[in-house]
Amino acid sequence: MTTNISFLLNGDKISYDIKEHWTLLHLLREKLGLIGTKEGCGNGECGACTVIIDKMAVNSCLYLAIEADGKTIETIEGLASTDGTLHPIQQSFVDNGGIQCGFCSPGMIMSSKALLDENPDASREEIKHALAGNICRCTGYIQIFESVEAAQEKVAANKGGKDE
Amino acid sequence: MSNNNSEFSSEFSAVGKRIPKLDAAQKAMGRAEYIQDIKMPGMLYGKILYSKYAHANIVKIDTSKAMALSGVHAVLTGEDVPKKMKMGFYKDNPPIKKGKVCSFRDEVAAVAATSPEIAKKALDLIEIQYEELPGIFDPERAMEKDSPLVHEYHKSNVLNLPWKLHYGDVEKAQKEAAFVVEDRFTTTWVTHCCMGTSGAVALFDASDNLTIYSNTQIPSLAQKDFLEALKAMGLENKRARVIKPIIGGGFGSKLDTYAYEHIAILLAYKCRKPVKVTFDRVEEFKATSTRQPAIINIKQGCDRNGKLLFRDIKMILDNGAYTSWGATTPSVMMMPITSLYRVENVRYDAKCVYTNNTYSQAMRGYGNPQATFAIESSMDMLAEKAGIKPIEFRRINRNHPGDNTPQGFKITTCGLGECIDEVEKELINDTPKEKGVGIGVASLIHVGGGARIYKSDGCGAILKMDDYGKVNIFTGGTDMGQGMDNITAQIVAEELGLFVEDINVVHTDTDVCPWDVGAHASRSTFVAGNAALGAAKKVKKKLLKLGSKILDAPAENLVLRNRLIFVPDDPEKSMPIDKLLRKVHFSPGGTMLMADHFYDPKNENMGKDFKGNMSMTYTFGVHGVKVKVDEETGKVEVLEYIAAHDVGRAINPLLLEGQVYGGVVMGLGYALTEEVVHKNGENMNANFRDYKLFTAKDAVKIKAPILETPDKEGPFGAKGIGEPGCVPTAPAVANAIYDAVGVRIKDLPITPEKVLAALKEKNK
Repeated sequence: MTTNISFLLNGDKISYDIKEHWTLLHLLREKLGLIGTKEGCGNGECGACTVIIDKMAVNSCLYLAIEADGKTIETIEGLASTDGTLHPIQQSFVDNGGIQCGFCSPGMIMSSKALLDENPDASREEIKHALAGNICRCTGYIQIFESVEAAQEKVAANKGGKDE
Repeated sequence: MSNNNSEFSSEFSAVGKRIPKLDAAQKAMGRAEYIQDIKMPGMLYGKILYSKYAHANIVKIDTSKAMALSGVHAVLTGEDVPKKMKMGFYKDNPPIKKGKVCSFRDEVAAVAATSPEIAKKALDLIEIQYEELPGIFDPERAMEKDSPLVHEYHKSNVLNLPWKLHYGDVEKAQKEAAFVVEDRFTTTWVTHCCMGTSGAVALFDASDNLTIYSNTQIPSLAQKDFLEALKAMGLENKRARVIKPIIGGGFGSKLDTYAYEHIAILLAYKCRKPVKVTFDRVEEFKATSTRQPAIINIKQGCDRNGKLLFRDIKMILDNGAYTSWGATTPSVMMMPITSLYRVENVRYDAKCVYTNNTYSQAMRGYGNPQATFAIESSMDMLAEKAGIKPIEFRRINRNHPGDNTPQGFKITTCGLGECIDEVEKELINDTPKEKGVGIGVASLIHVGGGARIYKSDGCGAILKMDDYGKVNIFTGGTDMGQGMDNITAQIVAEELGLFVEDINVVHTDTDVCPWDVGAHASRSTFVAGNAALGAAKKVKKKLLKLGSKILDAPAENLVLRNRLIFVPDDPEKSMPIDKLLRKVHFSPGGTMLMADHFYDPKNENMGKDFKGNMSMTYTFGVHGVKVKVDEETGKVEVLEYIAAHDVGRAINPLLLEGQVYGGVVMGLGYALTEEVVHKNGENMNANFRDYKLFTAKDAVKIKAPILETPDKEGPFGAKGIGEPGCVPTAPAVANAIYDAVGVRIKDLPITPEKVLAALKEKNK
């Protein structure tokens, strides 16, 4: 069965005829060509497929596409500015060694963004908690925590700027 | 550590800098293409059917229903595999099995279809009748005479690969020893858990030349394997081109070629369409190769003053049903066995034994973590018996620069003593211990200057400069996230006075990149680095010669720096490098700057007596860990960790620290949580819930002091550091647990259940 859904994806209005058993991950990767969202396990265990849905970090491999109807979705492709400037969290992962093989990075960055959007002053413990569902085999996590912490200042500054 | 070698100036512009990984931005943006992301017009999807038994005869296979399914283009069974198509250096492993299966991960059929869903459905339609055979899952039992044979033609379950060495006189040394300890240690299967799963896309051109995309760590050796595969298929004198997409982690897992690659080739040839085979996570757990499990009996003795006199080790390795590089890990185990600390009398005997379990492969450290677990646990036991503090015992027996070890290793630079001091200073003090808290240390030696395991340990590089002052360097080296690309770019930028962003490192395609033996043995910085440096030196010489003419200055007075060629202190004699390049290109009889270099280190293959200087230099390190053991639950908490390494020179400290942190956490998993659980050969925990990796929540505080001992053979003094982080982690933890609560766990992983059982036994 095919159902039409509409949602906001990285700021663009999308309307798509989907099959009801499709996951959001399938829709993003296989139909919309957004390969930045990765499938690491297909089982909600590794976080490589993390996207942000209505401000919450979600495993898109477990999330049915049909549920996305009417939602606001951010994927890794939507983070950088249109002029190519990286989002402060992306830049921070680059600068601080938060990325080695990079397969977990899109999910890791999306989980970090969901956290900092909600709680820009998150402590190391809160960062650990927010990233507990994102597995990385390369870094031992230390440089990932450092990346998130280095991004905090910038994210907070950006937010302040907007409010003024 | 002091830098007393005048050749090494601290005035580097690119070397030693914390330059972010070159491909990090595209990875951060989600633009990096992994094998999973590759799509081609007309591409089919391949899927593999695995055995339902650990050991069984295949009585009958019926593929007719699968073939009849709409969208299915091909179904292969063992009958379709050319007889000579066998994998692994022992050539005992056909990509699809025929007649008999010897493990649960045995491939019995493969399908190509227009979608992954159809391919999966087709697998369900393949009917196979098996006749189950008794399996053998315990390597010690497999060695007994009446044991079932895994391969009847082999006549014995013991592989014909005897690893045996005896240097000095162990019997005599044992008689002379004042203190002797003997024990048995065991390690189990662990797996790489690359976040990007395995996969390949194969396609043939109109002339039957093969192109294969694979996330391999060994493009050149894979090319050789695939050429042999083509030959077995009757395709002689064809070309095989290996292209690497971005690799989602390696850790040794992609050091061989596998059934999924061969199956992709067979299906692509049969269908004359591109065929993609990628693993899902369950497959990645079940059908990729693990670290080799080992049963290790070790005896060591020292004299009254704590001088180590002998080391006597017998080992049995569970090979699984087929043979990959795991069976050669004893060659690397020999390194710590003969050469971790000064020890003159050494005996080692290892047997690899076929079982109906999964087969093993290389994994970060290549045997070194298993051997070091036994050696460094036993060192602590011996220190206690001799009444010497563990750290002091290590100081007494440490290796020194200039040592020649019994195996013939020439230790050039060696910072083991300094690493011991560093760990002692950071972690060990006289303050009274809290209850349940303990400190453990363990050291490591690892190859730091390549490792001549194969006939060549070489790597080639081709360098060209364009009219704009930019460099393309085509290297045989492989980047799988560890940073080979950065090391290459930083070395070239340094040598040519350019910026790192001026250097484009091409490392993805055997059609354009020269030969390299592979990304293993922590060799990329040293070997690929020296290859790049050699090519850059040749180009630099040409640049200086041309600059000398144009600037009218002696070449030896010219300096390349900040994209300029100039005579220091003479502002008249200076020119941007790109301008010089255009001047010499666009003039009569013009020239462009290019160079190639093949660097093959002067290290040695081991002889029949297993002697030989395997590596040009060796990396040393000491790890110290403070743990707290909960005596109620047996749970071990890592409070502090320090991993001090002697790295020669850190070309990029940011990435180097990343290698150490990642290695240590992988080592902590090996020590405490990770285990592929097998029940009669069947993988019982093929998911991340049950295979327990360290998560962000479990992450520990790690200090990673870098001790520099510039090595004169290394590029700018560097040694390899990819693997060492996970080598001594498990024994350091085991030693800390003993220090904390007085129980010694000799079987990895050290789970709360084992600690609790040992505590109960102790308190009886």
